[in-house]
Amino acid sequence: MKLEITKTILDQIHDHGAAAYPEEGAGLMLGQANGNTRVVRTILALNNAREDSARHNRYLLTAHDMLAGEQEAARLGLDIVGVFHSHPDHPDQPSEFDREWALPWFSYLITRVDQGKAISSRSWRLTDGRDEFGEEFIQVIQEASGR
Amino acid sequence: MATLRIPTPLRPYAEGQTEVSVQGATVGEALNDLVNQYPSLTKHLFNEAGELRPFVNLFLGDEDVRHLQGVATPLKENDKLMIIPSIAGG
Repeated sequence: MKLEITKTILDQIHDHGAAAYPEEGAGLMLGQANGNTRVVRTILALNNAREDSARHNRYLLTAHDMLAGEQEAARLGLDIVGVFHSHPDHPDQPSEFDREWALPWFSYLITRVDQGKAISSRSWRLTDGRDEFGEEFIQVIQEASGR
Repeated sequence: MATLRIPTPLRPYAEGQTEVSVQGATVGEALNDLVNQYPSLTKHLFNEAGELRPFVNLFLGDEDVRHLQGVATPLKENDKLMIIPSIAGG
């Protein structure tokens, strides 16, 4: 299992997580599935739809967010390949709540944000039995600057 | 027969189908027909108590069936039903 993502897009995800601190930030990763590899082409940074008092340790992307994500993906000739969210002052590992709500097949990229600074990201996929997450390798693609 | 659109992450459990023809007079019957056709979808749509998982939303056209009659919502021939997940975590 592998997630391919450019440094530029990973930086955008880190910026979204840092901007949302001390709340959780989240969004959708759009791209292509290539066998067991997910290739991220762009992201949709979304608003955390949980109520104010829960946003420090919970996030929600609504069905309407997903509909909009599906439509944008279709417009770009892509699929929704995963979800990203941040863990403020908490490790970049999935919680039990993450597992209960997870969908199979999607990549779940989690960013640890400490004191407002994005520290690291790891990516996970739910197993077929829904009983655990398996970690996948993140391949960060460094684009040529062209400058 | 109504058609039911499957979201990308659940398609591997429905033999890669994007849309499936389903039989049933209600949304609930259509869902039962879906999981009869593709039993490996069951654990991703329903919890151990047989209830729909909280992230499973069913839309009939633009309308969430929770705002209609839930799984008792009647289905007509050629209705288009969509499973739209909501995404949550902590």
